[in-house]
Amino acid sequence: MSIEPVNIASSSIALLFLLVALAAVLRRKQHALIAVCSLVAGLASLLSVMAGVWTVGSNITGQVILPIGLPDLPFHLRLDPLAGFFLTVIGLLSFFVSVYSAGYLKGFLGHRPVTRLVVFYSLFIAGMFMVVLADDALFFLVSWEVMAAASYFLVMFEDERPENRRAALLYLVVAHVGAIAILLSFGVMAGITTGFESFNGYTFDAMRQAKFPVAWATAAFLLSFFGFAAKAGVVPLHVWLPEAHPVAPSNVSALMSGVMLKTAIYGIVRVTFDLLKVFPWWWGAVVLVFGLVSAVMGVLYALMQHDLKRLLAYHSVENIGIILIGIGLAMIFTSFQLPMLAALALIAGLYHTLNHAMFKGLLFMGAGAVLHATKERNMEEMGGLIHRMPWTAALFLVGCVSISALPPFNGFVSEWLTFQAFLLSPALPNPLIRLLIPLGAALLALTGALAAACFVKAFGVTFLGHWRGRHNPPVHEADWYMRSGMLMAALTCLCLGIFPTIVIDWMDIIPEQLVGSKIAATAGAYGWMWLTPVAPERASYSGPIVFVGFVFIFAVVYLILHVRAGKIHRRPIWDCGFEKINERMQYNATSFSMPIRRIFGFPFHVKELVRLAPQSAHAAFPKQLHYFLRVRDRFWGWVYKPIIGASFWVSRRIGNLQRGRIQTYLIYSFITIIILLVFTR
Amino acid sequence: MILRQLAIEIVQVALLIGLSPLFIGWVRMLKCWSQGRSSAGILQPYRDLAKLFAKDVILAENASWIFRFTPYLVFGTAVLAGGIIPILSVDLPLAPTADVIVLVGFFAVARFFTALAGMDIGAAFGGMGSSREMTIASLAEPAMLMSIFTVSLANQSTSLSYIVQVICSGQSVLRPSLAFAFLAFVLITLTETGRIPVDNPSTHLELTMIHEAMILEYSGRHLALIEWAGMMKLSLFVMLGIACFAPWGIASGVGLMEIVTAFIAMTLKLGLVAFGIVLIETGLAKMRLFRLTEFLGTAFLMATLGMLSFYILE
Repeated sequence: MSIEPVNIASSSIALLFLLVALAAVLRRKQHALIAVCSLVAGLASLLSVMAGVWTVGSNITGQVILPIGLPDLPFHLRLDPLAGFFLTVIGLLSFFVSVYSAGYLKGFLGHRPVTRLVVFYSLFIAGMFMVVLADDALFFLVSWEVMAAASYFLVMFEDERPENRRAALLYLVVAHVGAIAILLSFGVMAGITTGFESFNGYTFDAMRQAKFPVAWATAAFLLSFFGFAAKAGVVPLHVWLPEAHPVAPSNVSALMSGVMLKTAIYGIVRVTFDLLKVFPWWWGAVVLVFGLVSAVMGVLYALMQHDLKRLLAYHSVENIGIILIGIGLAMIFTSFQLPMLAALALIAGLYHTLNHAMFKGLLFMGAGAVLHATKERNMEEMGGLIHRMPWTAALFLVGCVSISALPPFNGFVSEWLTFQAFLLSPALPNPLIRLLIPLGAALLALTGALAAACFVKAFGVTFLGHWRGRHNPPVHEADWYMRSGMLMAALTCLCLGIFPTIVIDWMDIIPEQLVGSKIAATAGAYGWMWLTPVAPERASYSGPIVFVGFVFIFAVVYLILHVRAGKIHRRPIWDCGFEKINERMQYNATSFSMPIRRIFGFPFHVKELVRLAPQSAHAAFPKQLHYFLRVRDRFWGWVYKPIIGASFWVSRRIGNLQRGRIQTYLIYSFITIIILLVFTR
Repeated sequence: MILRQLAIEIVQVALLIGLSPLFIGWVRMLKCWSQGRSSAGILQPYRDLAKLFAKDVILAENASWIFRFTPYLVFGTAVLAGGIIPILSVDLPLAPTADVIVLVGFFAVARFFTALAGMDIGAAFGGMGSSREMTIASLAEPAMLMSIFTVSLANQSTSLSYIVQVICSGQSVLRPSLAFAFLAFVLITLTETGRIPVDNPSTHLELTMIHEAMILEYSGRHLALIEWAGMMKLSLFVMLGIACFAPWGIASGVGLMEIVTAFIAMTLKLGLVAFGIVLIETGLAKMRLFRLTEFLGTAFLMATLGMLSFYILE
């Protein structure tokens, strides 16, 4: 067996399965198990990063057919640049998270065995690797289910809490509704490929060759988009995400939010650009509209939250929206035969995929470190952690700045590219699109600004000020494993922000294969320092100079001001001279977002009650104030409650068949036989 | 040639740093005159800064490194932006570093950290200021982006130097979309620089202040840097508006005469803009916080209308 990327990737999956076996052997030695888990999972992730980087960098496509699976239906594996890119994204974050887990999992020692966590953790990563490697519908769905089932058990890890069980069940249901849609979509495509009698159309290769009639292609696209959207948490299918991500262990939330959602993005790109290939413009418009709605709604939901991990989970909805905006634009440009612009939009979407994996993984790891130290998820009870957890605070801040799309970090680059794609849209001939695009640019701008507000809130309330809670727990800084996991992710965020040209040059082969054009020739035309996506006079950005400029000016000003030894006196808070300031008077998460809730509250079901409990003597001087606030998702009432009610109603009606009397059952059997005799003569 | 460009770059940044207090002094003087008060003189901002730099820093006990880092960062973004916006000449070595979207990003970075610094001390006012500032920014920033997107669409570039070149060479005709974008930009400039009717730069009344509430705990050189950056921000926004909507006079090369002309043109324009600012500030009262939604909504609507009219009419 020669050394090829696809073999490296396969051996990384084999390593992860080996880890499952090791977990069974080592279940009595929990300390050793945690070390082995981090080591093996980290190694496997590094291997797949290697395979991915190599594949994309040298444009290799490798295929392997495994002689397992159903009789006559072997599993096909294929590693092409698109798969290689996602393999890199998944592997990179899995590596960081595996290092982090070495410290994080120790928190469970003495409370509960981590064997189950280790088993499903490795199955989960293996499942994600297999999804991007799969080259036939059967293996894809098997991998998809491995990934879904493993993550279900991970969400269920702390199963003594009822909300965890509820969240896991909701997740399982949505995941399977989505999986059914994906199965049906592949069924349609395979059926068109070879006719409905044969099974040979189930490989992706056969689907690539086939020509699909428009109606059937549309059916396949809509089904698969629905299925993948359910996994990605696109509004209105997002309800499972804020339930499931917060209750999972934080290393798992980092992976679920950072990379599991990306497998759905992979699926959308694979099905539309690679398997179906030709499509009308309105498919792109559908993706774009869902992306815009998810982006805006996601960030608005996030602003209403005061649970740190829930807030981050809603931001995943937002960022998936931003990625879909890029992909939707790429689809629109492709269907109007503008490959150059399509390449730019696709690069913007994929670059944001990579960026979001890094900063969202970092933020969830940071939230995990906070949770680990304080045993608290509610931001209203936190504050001042920057003094007690300086490392975590600084690294979490890097994540906040990146996700808020601020230069010179990575989130900014992908958002900037998306804006550039929007600004190139006057080339489009369709009047309807011309109305949609300005609106889209406006909503994307709104999303970015609201995200910054949300992360000022998240960071400010959690890490700054004083501790708000009534009980002051002993807080400790995260250990070195957790710190190095976060540090690597933070450095990656910075590098992706400063050196976008190099990364774009590396991944440029993907748009060339999918939409038939590349942008690196112009994007890096003026050397690695300048990012010029279309032409230098059209737009340019230089991450390195911005970064160096900040550092330079900072240093110069600091030095000039410190020539004269000015004194710094530490004094109590001034606060305009008010006395008796205490910690409970600080702004908290709810009060911070109050103006935004008032302005953008209309999409939500907000119930706010204020009640004053008067003192007996002086009615004018209330003794206590009760404040009640509940913000609910309107989609829950609009979409999910009716569906749940209807399914219960149907189940009850069907349940009536079950009478518990043998005579009735005999009649059922008799009727069935008669019907079968009539129809299958 | 490259040395000359560098020299212009340095002169431009030095002018911005050195003369922005003068501009503020001019605005304040005009405001005093128009309200029938006697002014403290055009040089008062310099005296304020000198006083603050000479003082020791008093820092709250709870202040973290973010609180001390922020003034330098805010000052740094303003200086860097000054190196990018074409004030004297379009032929700047730093100009391709950042286009107009990145500039908006610079201001967003400064705002992000100022808001964090406001929450750092743990006093009630700081959090109040941060919350309000970020709320207003979340309405103002999209309007700002939409307004400059319209300009970029009309000139087919987001690079400021290139926009200036296109407009100055007469390739750009008068368009209805630019009129909408300009109106939106004026409203946004008032918002982003904290002027009346959005915020009052001279208030310290607890319930009305926004920007002042965030920087309430600053003192000494930290406060001086933030104040100075605020002065530069007003000048920068005016320069940005000039570059986008009325760039005539900005030099296209690095010739000495051109630069001198550009300097004179810039001075005249700034002097005139100050009249506009003073008219607005004297004629309007500060709005309630939740009335600002309408104000900024108008700005957003204008900008979106500008972009729509570009797509539909042009």
